[in-house]
Amino acid sequence: MEMIDIALPKGRLGEKVYDMFEAAGFECPSIREENRKLIFENENLGLRFFWVKPSDVAIYVERGAADIGVAGKDILLEYVPDVYELLDLNIGKCRMAVAAKKDFRDNSDAPLRVATKFSRIAEEFYAKKCREIDIIHLNGSIEIAPILGLSDVIVDIVETGKTLYENNLEPVETIVPISARLISNKASYQFKNETIEKIKAGLAGQVRNMKND
Amino acid sequence: MQIDPKVLKADEQAAYALRSLYRRFGYCQYNMSKFEEYSLYARNKDFLVSDAIISFTDTHGRLMALKPDVTLSIINNSKDAPGHVHKMYYDENVYRLPKGAHSFKEIKQTGLECIGDITALEVGEVIMLAHRSLESISPDYIFEISHVGLLDALLAESVLSHSAQKKVLSCIISKNSDELEFICSEERISGQARDKLGVFFRNYASFDDAVSAFSKVCTSEEAVHMLGEFRQALDFITAMGFAGKTRINFSLTNNMNYYSGIAFRGYIQGIPSGILSGGQYDNLMKRMGRKSRAIGFAVYLDALKRLDNDDKEYDVDVILLAGDDVAAAVKAAETLSFDNTSVRICSEIPQGVRCRQILSIAGKGAEK
Repeated sequence: MEMIDIALPKGRLGEKVYDMFEAAGFECPSIREENRKLIFENENLGLRFFWVKPSDVAIYVERGAADIGVAGKDILLEYVPDVYELLDLNIGKCRMAVAAKKDFRDNSDAPLRVATKFSRIAEEFYAKKCREIDIIHLNGSIEIAPILGLSDVIVDIVETGKTLYENNLEPVETIVPISARLISNKASYQFKNETIEKIKAGLAGQVRNMKND
Repeated sequence: MQIDPKVLKADEQAAYALRSLYRRFGYCQYNMSKFEEYSLYARNKDFLVSDAIISFTDTHGRLMALKPDVTLSIINNSKDAPGHVHKMYYDENVYRLPKGAHSFKEIKQTGLECIGDITALEVGEVIMLAHRSLESISPDYIFEISHVGLLDALLAESVLSHSAQKKVLSCIISKNSDELEFICSEERISGQARDKLGVFFRNYASFDDAVSAFSKVCTSEEAVHMLGEFRQALDFITAMGFAGKTRINFSLTNNMNYYSGIAFRGYIQGIPSGILSGGQYDNLMKRMGRKSRAIGFAVYLDALKRLDNDDKEYDVDVILLAGDDVAAAVKAAETLSFDNTSVRICSEIPQGVRCRQILSIAGKGAEK
């Protein structure tokens, strides 16, 4: 039987995503076993799941190591992988936002210093506003950049806003809502279309059920 | 000279097969000069797969580019000749910056271009050659087709603002129907207009289903005309027996500033990206000041290297340990090699070389 390779993001979001696959009838019981394995197969259903770093899911799918996968909209907007975005799973919901110190006032006579992991998203957002910015690319602990005077604002994912408030920051503007998306490799979408469409339909059913609950 | 096909890699085999195929249909080879004026590419950067170009100043102070694209060079060197069609194929290396990479890559590319008074005849022939090109690489292929003019006409009919059209197009390209719903509510697009846009997201069981769905939503003269062109291409595909290998896919738009008619892309089982891409690009011809129409496609041969990845069990069939008689050893190796056995002559067993058999030469011939 032809296998469908599915890349799932490691962590809490990945577990929720797997629950949806399972509830839709695309299960792989071995994934529930307590071990450190990263690849799990259900030969009867022709499914092979594997856990990868959330930011790498899109790369696995784009390069064809996985036929489909689940990635956050933030990753899709930042890296613009050449994949199909088939379904909004409506989980892992948060937003990409601009945040700043509570007393921040935008001084428009100087370029705005923006600290972020998401350089492309920030650049596009401010380009639309015709606002000159100075991007400071950081890989983590973005929240401390304005506190230490490294940047004027940050562009980052905001879920509850608790981390921001605890660091004396507040969201200023929402750039885009974020959620988990089912993505597909373009060649796989053609060669394994029937199975991928079945999985998409099954997951779409789960999304509807969750909305109705 | 005889060439053993086994020694050719997948991309080399394809290059020979495709060159032979295009010559059989009367296409002449186009040899691109290594360096061309940078301004040609700078003016049409959007058309290029990657917009980074290797450039340098030549001895006359002109800014030159190292082969970023073949199609632009062919158009630049073509002349309008009413009533004629120029048919050219090429087999060239181009230099591009792959997405996410920091250094340029040499990419082997072959393809063909048809420039002049293009009619349904040339469109049909190019579709046939695209199918045959894919088939010659692997019988397990899929050919996707869409029509950029039809997509453009229907978007124009939708009376969406330019920015809304851009957003909708991005949803079509990524098959993102959820985002389309969001944009429709954000832009206050009516349910009827939303349903019209739905035709671009559907998977069609047959060409007839697709044509029937599109004919229900085409109202402007332009859209009806474009659908007629698309239908003609689909009828041709059916008549040629290619329907089973063809999928209608409107997420395939190429660049709408340049393409005008059918657009297509080909996939081979085992390669995760499209290896053939092309279409009718009359808009590009217009932008370059030409009255002629044009259609063509490129085959990305470098992608075929993935097909050579099967692990070989042995590096060489035979390791032949030579004695003192050099002539005897070389003759024995030559004799063994005549039946396509690979032989490595050496005086001692080499480290790290895997072989099926080790033979040693003791005077008259090879012995186990």
